[in-house]
Amino acid sequence: MADVSLRKVVKRYDEVEAVRGIDLDISDHEFIVLVGPSGCGKSTTLRMIAGLEDITDGDITIDGDVVNDVPPKDRDIAMVFQNYALYPHMTVAENMSFGLRLKHYPKAEIKARVTEAARLLDITDLIDRKPKQLSGGQRQRVAMGRAIVRNPKVFLFDEPLSNLDAKLRVQMRIEIKKVHQKVRTTTVYVTHDQVEAMTLADRVVVMNNGRIEQIGTPNELYHRPATRFVAGFIGSPAMNFMPCRLEDAGGTLTIRLTDRIAFPLPGPRAARYTALPRSEGLLLGIRPEHITEKRPHAEPGIESFDAVLDVTEPMGMETLVYFTLDGIQVCGRVNPGAGAKDGAPMRLAIDLNNMHLLNEATGVVL
Amino acid sequence: MVDVAFPPNRVAGAGGTRKRSSLRTALKRKSTTAFLMTLPLILLIVILVIYPAFFSLHLATLNKSMQRFVGLGNFEFLFKRDTFWLVVKQSCIFALTAVFFKALIGFIVAHFVHNIPAKGQRKWRGMLLVPWVIPPAMSTLAWLWLFDPSYSAFNYTLSFFGVGPIPWTGDAAWARFSVILVNIWVGAPFFMIMYLAALKSVPDQLYEAAAIDGANWWQRIWYVTLPMMRNIIAITTLFSLIVTFANFDIVRILTAGGPLDHTHIFATWAFRVGIEGSDVPLGASVSLFMLPILAIAAIFILRDINKRGNEA
Repeated sequence: MADVSLRKVVKRYDEVEAVRGIDLDISDHEFIVLVGPSGCGKSTTLRMIAGLEDITDGDITIDGDVVNDVPPKDRDIAMVFQNYALYPHMTVAENMSFGLRLKHYPKAEIKARVTEAARLLDITDLIDRKPKQLSGGQRQRVAMGRAIVRNPKVFLFDEPLSNLDAKLRVQMRIEIKKVHQKVRTTTVYVTHDQVEAMTLADRVVVMNNGRIEQIGTPNELYHRPATRFVAGFIGSPAMNFMPCRLEDAGGTLTIRLTDRIAFPLPGPRAARYTALPRSEGLLLGIRPEHITEKRPHAEPGIESFDAVLDVTEPMGMETLVYFTLDGIQVCGRVNPGAGAKDGAPMRLAIDLNNMHLLNEATGVVL
Repeated sequence: MVDVAFPPNRVAGAGGTRKRSSLRTALKRKSTTAFLMTLPLILLIVILVIYPAFFSLHLATLNKSMQRFVGLGNFEFLFKRDTFWLVVKQSCIFALTAVFFKALIGFIVAHFVHNIPAKGQRKWRGMLLVPWVIPPAMSTLAWLWLFDPSYSAFNYTLSFFGVGPIPWTGDAAWARFSVILVNIWVGAPFFMIMYLAALKSVPDQLYEAAAIDGANWWQRIWYVTLPMMRNIIAITTLFSLIVTFANFDIVRILTAGGPLDHTHIFATWAFRVGIEGSDVPLGASVSLFMLPILAIAAIFILRDINKRGNEA
């Protein structure tokens, strides 16, 4: 087990810069998830840590040693691939023990380690089967077992759950978390699924366009996103963004969304935004759960307004409502008993205590 | 479909109607259509393969003038002749050595081509396939010039190094070497292209997993590439073994079996004995010897493939 750090790491393919100088410190035992849309450089970053891709510029250290030119086999890492990459001609036990056999471990120890990993992953019965006789979830477990038996310094996961169906994915997610709680190996996990990122990570690294947008715990990213990209990427349904501007109306700072709709800002928010220039193009960012049906009692910072619902989506425990403000589609989450109907008007409440204000041009959260 | 739905008692009286309707049903069946569509090919195989095969079996049991049935007499005669055993030995050496080197060279070249960036790869693939595409009779004629003892390019080049002149087709050992060399030259591209296809079907991630597991270059070939290619290697080897065993043109053109029958293989000797020696029954007997040898090889190799099935 070890800490991993990346210093100004760059990856360039001919003309294209896939990774544009990222810095990242991963401490021992930590579970880090790299998340971002496809093509953001997250897999390339992982493969550079693995040694499967050369580093164009910068340094990667594992356990304090610079490993830029160390081949994968000498980095003491284990990797789980998206399509599992099990050797089809070997049994489960042979697949899991392959790395140990190449390193000439004693037979008894190989057997002990394989048995232990199989028990941990609940695949003891499958040990003599070939990969083609296994289901997707079982193959995934074997791939993890192959990583575990090596007892490496770092685990690397490259979108390991993408090939599984939704139900199995949830199950395996919990499984991975359990395994990490037991073995506590430093882990770098790549996914494009923000739910996986949020549920698994100690810290999430959100990447976009070859750069790191934000690093933080799942809660930090959700509640205090640094940029519009992070705010929109994390959370489902995604955060609403509405163009707005600040106005001073009768001594209180208000936020104007449309000609008809303007809300006074609650005290702490007003204090925070009061220095902003009034002419600047701004975006109001608000998550769907902060737009609800009108509450029976007035609360500070919660303002109500009328909207005509375009579409409603009953989800069971809640109903998603979609309406339009000045041509911008907005999503809210209301109680299923609140009587939301397609095409009907509804009195909604917006919780400005949880709003975000963004610079429209730069996308930075203010 | 209405006509087949008649209750049996109503059709019982009219046999003609019944016959016609069953013919119509038969024609409507998919398997019947399939049979009719494959019929031309089946006929072709019957006329060009099955009939000649049985006819040669029949021929092999006749005497030289093809007048009298001699049973296994031709075979008894063959077994007693040294030349026959020489041909058996040479056929085996020829086929096994040639196939081994074709496979080896094909494997190595396939690896090189596989590692060429995709852009230039097509060019190389095309060029390397040329020896296999040219009709062997033509290319062997070119080789014949290269092998000429007195004025050929080979001996001319070698003379600069003080070597030679080498009697490429004149000496028994050299002649065997030469026919095998030309056979390898013609056949290796086939192995190359088959192995290249097999290499391309091995997922890159398997190599990456092996690299992370600690496998070096040689271990990656031994533990990943070869097991993944096993079926292709087996089928290609079998196919090539059959074709090489039955080879005729290269030996015929290059050495015509000489010197002193030392490069004859089954097909060329069968031709020599049967056509040139006007003993068609004996020639047929010689050519029939390829069958049991190849059948045994086929059984062994194919059984292994069946056992393994498709592991991927």
